[in-house]
Amino acid sequence: MNLRRDVFQAIADPTRRAILTLVATQAMTAGAIAANFDTARPTVSKHLQILTECELLQPSQTGREIHYHLNARKMKEIADFIEPFRNMWDDRFNKLESIMKKYKTK
Amino acid sequence: MERKTKIRAEENCQELIITREFDLPVELLFKAYEDPEIVAQWMGTKVIQLENRKHGSWRFETSHNGQVMFSANGVILDFVPEQKITRTFEMENSPFPVQLEFLEFEKLTADTSKLTMQIIFKSVAFRNQLLQMPFANGLNMAHDRLQAILSGLQ
Repeated sequence: MNLRRDVFQAIADPTRRAILTLVATQAMTAGAIAANFDTARPTVSKHLQILTECELLQPSQTGREIHYHLNARKMKEIADFIEPFRNMWDDRFNKLESIMKKYKTK
Repeated sequence: MERKTKIRAEENCQELIITREFDLPVELLFKAYEDPEIVAQWMGTKVIQLENRKHGSWRFETSHNGQVMFSANGVILDFVPEQKITRTFEMENSPFPVQLEFLEFEKLTADTSKLTMQIIFKSVAFRNQLLQMPFANGLNMAHDRLQAILSGLQ
């Protein structure tokens, strides 16, 4: 549950969202990612660390370099996150509807 | 049953729009929001107070096994029968700041109606956190069920 909250904190930051967009098409090294931002390199590293911790990014070692990939499965989870909330309201409204239908025939 | 409830949560936007069409005349839909006994039934909560008027207040309390699990309250800012309710919503004992809710009741045909609920949050982050809450509750419920099964085995 904490992990989930972290995921949303992670994507709440505009720089981190930009990073996710960058690696969406191709895996990139930290240096290549940082080259796209005016922010200091350690700041970008920190963002990469957060994104990796909540599994939005997957690092993979190739030789001496680490490439970051986008974790599509995790991104899909975010897209689905609204579903339980919608189900909760749908259940409530279905109940409302059936109660009022009986009320009508009283 | 067909899922008829729609939710719109635009990215980077601190609001949420819930819409639903009902096979009910708008009078009955509104009644379900107005009558405390009916509210209690479909919301699954105890209605402690519900003053349906401008500057009135409301308070709900939900218990489970005799313990209060959830309570919320707010102020009714506007109340126009069969048209709209504008109110605040605040969860008690939670870090969530107060929300502003605009409920609009619309007549579609003589037997159908539509509800539009616009919820405005203090920030985008709070909105996103709230969206995750039922999921967390779902997990808790699954956990409770598991617990019940396990204690039955003992």
